[in-house]
Amino acid sequence: MDIIVENLTKIYGTQKAVDNISFKVHTGEVLGFLGPNGAGKTTTMKAITSYLLPNKGSIRLGEFSVTDQPEEVRKLIGYLPENNPLYNDMPVIDYLRFVAKIQGIDKSRISERIREMVRVCGLEGEKHKKIGELSKGYRQRVGLAQALIHDPEVLILDEPTAGLDPNQIVEIRELIRTIGREKTVILSSHILAEVEATCDRILIINKGKIVADGTPANLRKKAQGQEMIRVTIEEGQKNEVVAALQKLHSVDWVNPIAGSDNRFEIQSKAHQSSRRDVFDLCVRSKWVLTELSVVETKLEDIFHELTMN
Amino acid sequence: MKEVWIIARRELNTFFSSLMAYIMLIAFLGFSGFFTWISGADVFMVGQASMQSFFGIAYWTLFFFIPGLTMGLVAEETRSGTIELLLTKPIKDWQVVGGKFLSTMALIGIALACTLPYYITIATLGPLDHGTVWTGYLGLILMSGAYVSIGIFASSISRNQIVAFLIALLIGIFFHIIFGVLAGNATGWLGGILNYLNLSTHFESISRGVIDTKDLIYFISLIAIPLILAESRLASRKF
Repeated sequence: MDIIVENLTKIYGTQKAVDNISFKVHTGEVLGFLGPNGAGKTTTMKAITSYLLPNKGSIRLGEFSVTDQPEEVRKLIGYLPENNPLYNDMPVIDYLRFVAKIQGIDKSRISERIREMVRVCGLEGEKHKKIGELSKGYRQRVGLAQALIHDPEVLILDEPTAGLDPNQIVEIRELIRTIGREKTVILSSHILAEVEATCDRILIINKGKIVADGTPANLRKKAQGQEMIRVTIEEGQKNEVVAALQKLHSVDWVNPIAGSDNRFEIQSKAHQSSRRDVFDLCVRSKWVLTELSVVETKLEDIFHELTMN
Repeated sequence: MKEVWIIARRELNTFFSSLMAYIMLIAFLGFSGFFTWISGADVFMVGQASMQSFFGIAYWTLFFFIPGLTMGLVAEETRSGTIELLLTKPIKDWQVVGGKFLSTMALIGIALACTLPYYITIATLGPLDHGTVWTGYLGLILMSGAYVSIGIFASSISRNQIVAFLIALLIGIFFHIIFGVLAGNATGWLGGILNYLNLSTHFESISRGVIDTKDLIYFISLIAIPLILAESRLASRKF
């Protein structure tokens, strides 16, 4: 089920939390929302779940409008809010039963769905404990279980791995990937590695506006206008090497790496690669090239560049 | 209606699992039992087979206990954020408010049912006007409905339970005594209005056995208006 957001604007008082954003998410896609705190990620998600009404713009899930048919939309959505609020005084099983009933799951299927969720989310040992007694990781699993219990077409997860340990993070990511194959998933995070590992597409939001939209690979390529390599050249004089490298016409600039005599950073000119030239130069000058690596532009850099101004 | 019941069941379970329900039941039965049978204007001092002394006590104990029951109903969910989960499920806002109202009324119903032995005992002591007993209970239920409704409204405007408790008492005390006192001092149309607003006027006429539409309209509006306000308070999150 596709999610179509058009010209969404949400204003709190005088502040525009979300400023005229539009995007589409298709079935079988996991979309990652990335952005600094207060960028409008949570507000956008709340608007999609019909918890908030947008000031302007429309949101549709398939043929349903979020503002006009909230009830239909809510049946289709599984939602894990920020900070994962749960009823601490309820045992896990009772809570899941309550959510199942309120989601309108057929009575005959409720027990089966609960068993399924306990299995998928790994809650077997904790199912009779009160939610308030669970560790953060297990709470998060209960949050996921309640979001998934009615087998929703659309899954909206606000920081799904917050507070989990590394093993749990891997498990939850895997779970999200599996679900994402058939359903539509939107998740938010400010951990870049997480978004990169789980999402097919990334949307970077800053100050309520979309500043980047694309696959992780695409975003990286876009930011990577010029090739940057790192080399170690032995058996040569530092100044001599720098001067010789600088003379190569595919090289834009050379920068000796601080704290080392023979390591250099080389930025190639736009649309050129200096790797061959550097190798040839070393051969000609009888220097030994012991390292040559391409420095990948990290998502962090893109994020930093797009959101710091 | 099914959704209202699902929510009411959950709230009722919370009342019992948090001991709130037991404390309320014990305190209510303790107070009302003590003053009905042992002390003050009790049954034996009055010397009549009548439930009036019990109704007089329950009129006050419920007034104080109900804000304690309702204070957390919405405030706690707003504070912990669970309201967001609840309101993004396929239910309407009024069903949430209705479920919470129903759960508290069910608990009060249980408390009142526990006083039926008083009724049976008094009935064996002498000739009892059974009609006024049932209308007395009806009066208590209607009065509880009004205060539960006010309590839920108070709980919806604050995320702090104590504040919600105090707001509910503050609003309640106007209907419970202040309007009555003012009505005694005012005359003419103002006195009439104040007298109509005074809850005890209506409670007394019902518990005496007179079920007048005027009184029913009073209680139904006092139940409906705060619930509608609470619902619109929940809906205001959207803006």
